[in-house]
Amino acid sequence: METRDLKLDGNAIGGLMLELVGSDLTAAISVCGGCGAHEEMARLDVYTGAGIVVRCRHCEAVMIRIVQGRGRSWLDLSGTASLQLDQ
Amino acid sequence: MTWLTAEIAAVNQETPRVRTLELAARGWPGHRAGQHLDLRLTAEDGYQAQRSYSIASAPGEPLALTVERLDDGEVSPYLVDEAREGDRLEVRGPIGGYFVWDGDEPQPSLLIAGGSGVVPLMAMSRHHAQIESRAPMRLVVSSRTLADVIYREELNRLTAKGDGFEVVHTLTREQPPGWTGYTRRIDPELLSEVAFPAAEAPRVYVCGSTRFVDAAADGLIEAGYEPGWIRTERFGATGS
Amino acid sequence: MPPGQYLTDDFPVLSAGPTPHTPLEEWTFSIQGGAEPVSWTWDELRALPSEEPTVDIHCVTRWSKLDTTWEGVSVDTLLDAVEHDSAYAVAFCDGGYTTNLPLEDLTGGKAWVAYRYGGDELDPEHGGPARLLVPHLYFWKSAKWVRGLSLRDEDEPGFWESNGYHLRGDPWLEQRYWGD
Repeated sequence: METRDLKLDGNAIGGLMLELVGSDLTAAISVCGGCGAHEEMARLDVYTGAGIVVRCRHCEAVMIRIVQGRGRSWLDLSGTASLQLDQ
Repeated sequence: MTWLTAEIAAVNQETPRVRTLELAARGWPGHRAGQHLDLRLTAEDGYQAQRSYSIASAPGEPLALTVERLDDGEVSPYLVDEAREGDRLEVRGPIGGYFVWDGDEPQPSLLIAGGSGVVPLMAMSRHHAQIESRAPMRLVVSSRTLADVIYREELNRLTAKGDGFEVVHTLTREQPPGWTGYTRRIDPELLSEVAFPAAEAPRVYVCGSTRFVDAAADGLIEAGYEPGWIRTERFGATGS
Repeated sequence: MPPGQYLTDDFPVLSAGPTPHTPLEEWTFSIQGGAEPVSWTWDELRALPSEEPTVDIHCVTRWSKLDTTWEGVSVDTLLDAVEHDSAYAVAFCDGGYTTNLPLEDLTGGKAWVAYRYGGDELDPEHGGPARLLVPHLYFWKSAKWVRGLSLRDEDEPGFWESNGYHLRGDPWLEQRYWGD
């Protein structure tokens, strides 16, 4: 680990989300399932644990969890109330 | 999105720790100022390491990355110390629809860079010059020493054009004799001196470590800026 | 070394969220789901007999670290205070993290609530004031900032186990992901 800055932001998972869902979600509006805050995904907090954890920048609730291994990916969006996908 | 093979077309040492790599990637679709890409290296034994790097060049210019060596990193020591012209690696992108500056809005832009956080902001600065924008743009660069300032001479040239582009330097660790710029880390007082008045509703782009970005954003909000004006990009553990 | 692991001398910091800072005077460790809930304050936990295991640890992100030295209270000691007939537990933590374990993996001298590492108080970024230490399983089971155990009749997936990671996580069997 190169740095103690464990908190990144949604820009850092732009490529990963593109790989998973096929479009660039950094500017996509997401709605927190905890507090209802609307933010572009780039403005969410991102942590790297055993997998990737995306948290609301306002209430710190978990919005997205991503695990990848052995050619599979698991994407848990249960903490995201809504995600706006632009055409 | 697929990985593209890219060949290193040119290498330029910017500072002792920082290098710019110009890449030739067949099929690269072009990019917007502020975007990044994912870069992947594959070792002979098949081990792969992947990192994200900001794009330094203006849209339409040859694809260039500027990379800082992190001593215990897995990818950056190779890119900064070992990579040679003709070496091949893989890239995918461009990535990012949020931390981008297209130059199509009239408000002033305030760009705030911590160390190598200047890279995507340099793409915006170059784009500003390239499209002959007259919108005010001010780039605030925090570096440790003068020798650590990335793009120093080009920034001087861009400033000399007199097209509304300005640079403010702060050197936080060591200053040369006669230095008249700032000598400390970004703080609310410094920001209140260099920021455009809140009444002009500037667009703000901040890039650096989490600590740097948080300090800059908090200071600007203290100066009356709306959180929605401030776009940030933090780099850290994934940027090695 | 378990298969697929490499050795490191560092102690990489992985985290699913911000580092909590619960004041020690408000901190408790509790065991729920038994006949009666039981809990210990920080001072009470520190007054319990402790052990000083030296163990190898294995992270699912493929680093392993050998001969790490810890001090903490054996989970056996804590469970001795609880009347129960459960077979599973979910460890819960400040910050909301959870991980599930069969009680078989938490008992028999294999698991601790650790509060010292390498001779010093456990650093918050490594899980201080106290973390679970279950070194024979992948390290995501050794929950940082642990605050207690919730005893269960059935195995209930935790934070990572509900999204791709293996329910048990034995590094020697490379139980990394679902289906391994």
